[in-house]
Amino acid sequence: MYAQMVKATGKGVKTREQMDENERHFQDRIDNDIKIEAKDWMPEGYRKTLKRQISQHAHSEIVGQLPEGNWITRAPTLERKTILLAKVQDEAGHGLYLYCAAETLGISRDEMTEQLLSGKAKYSSIFNYPTLTWADMGAIGWLVDGAAIMNQVPLQYCSYGPYARAMVRICKEESFHQRQGFDIMNVLAKGSEAQKAMAQDALNRWWWPALMMFGPSDADSVHSAQSFAWNIKQNSNDELRQKFVDQTVPQAEFLGLNVPDSDLKWNDKKNGYDFGAINWDEFFAVIAGDGPCNKERLGARQKAWNDGAWFREALIVNAEKRAACKQAAE
Amino acid sequence: MSQKNEWPLWEIFVRGQHGLAHRHVGSLHAADAEMALNNARDVYTRRNEGLSIWCVPAAAITASAPSEKGPLFEPSNSKVYRHPTFYDIPKEIGNM
Ligand SMILES: [Fe+2]
Ligand SMILES: [Fe+2]
Repeated sequence: MYAQMVKATGKGVKTREQMDENERHFQDRIDNDIKIEAKDWMPEGYRKTLKRQISQHAHSEIVGQLPEGNWITRAPTLERKTILLAKVQDEAGHGLYLYCAAETLGISRDEMTEQLLSGKAKYSSIFNYPTLTWADMGAIGWLVDGAAIMNQVPLQYCSYGPYARAMVRICKEESFHQRQGFDIMNVLAKGSEAQKAMAQDALNRWWWPALMMFGPSDADSVHSAQSFAWNIKQNSNDELRQKFVDQTVPQAEFLGLNVPDSDLKWNDKKNGYDFGAINWDEFFAVIAGDGPCNKERLGARQKAWNDGAWFREALIVNAEKRAACKQAAE
Repeated sequence: MSQKNEWPLWEIFVRGQHGLAHRHVGSLHAADAEMALNNARDVYTRRNEGLSIWCVPAAAITASAPSEKGPLFEPSNSKVYRHPTFYDIPKEIGNM
């Protein structure tokens, strides 16, 4: 998902007998749905895993602005431009809510920025694909934000208070994102032949990367088992992916567009769609830095950070100077 | 990337339009109070969520410690008579 490669630390889930008193008390709180707050005792593994999960999520929101930012100046109408601008601004906000939530665990904003810019931290694979046409703005809102919602809604009920509260704010804002994307697709799909072809082309390019967003199958992973026990993950990757396919295929049919998967077929027995195999080699290559736009995305973030250095420093100096003046006047 | 130049952290409180008290909505980094206010407007009130914003330097907040939960809050647990439901009002009286 927005945090696709989070490996919970530790070797499997401890039984109650293996836990010490702190750990048992901690697990009891989670099992009773009592939120864990920043200053509460928590196992080191929980802290470490959450730092990684929340910062990856934040980085994804921030890098996620770039593919859509690419079309702000070329939106087809002034209305579409203001909508896209608002959507991208929301994503910046999501990044900020999440960075703050991660900071409560004892990692600084600068540390997280450093991890992103050095390539050490991961962000969602989906943002390393190029946005070639205006229809990509439709496909991203509809599919990418749609997939993100699927994963973010349950996270509103996760065990860590600051993360859960950030997710509540984010979820309130996401539904606008998905709807504006679907609306773009709907207008194009009902437009001229060329417009319809543009919408189909965008669906062709974004469908498989959207399915990869949920991450590789993790039903048997020990890391996931730990995250389930800590209630910082509520559904398996395959479960969410299936839900996404079942929800999205009828929407594509409504649009009169073809989902680019010849194996896609309704399965009465499981009351869901069967779908084709995902190219996980591609996914791992993109995550490891070899996607079509990884260099460009990181380059843009590095440039923004470096170009802004003088500005960040000047504001600090200015604040100190003004504080000194104020003190002198008192 | 020098750690010491990181802008300080501010906690943000927003009062909505329905007369409720200011509520903590999150935090942000800013060089000074004026910038904190400007950023708070952009980050936390993009959809008309508030009519008033308070920015408080995070370092200025005194918080109760989780370890004091017992001594601080348990005494009120035993004082059930502080709640209206403690008292049986005769049926004949109706609502009170
Ligand atoms: Fe977002
Ligand atoms: Fe979004």
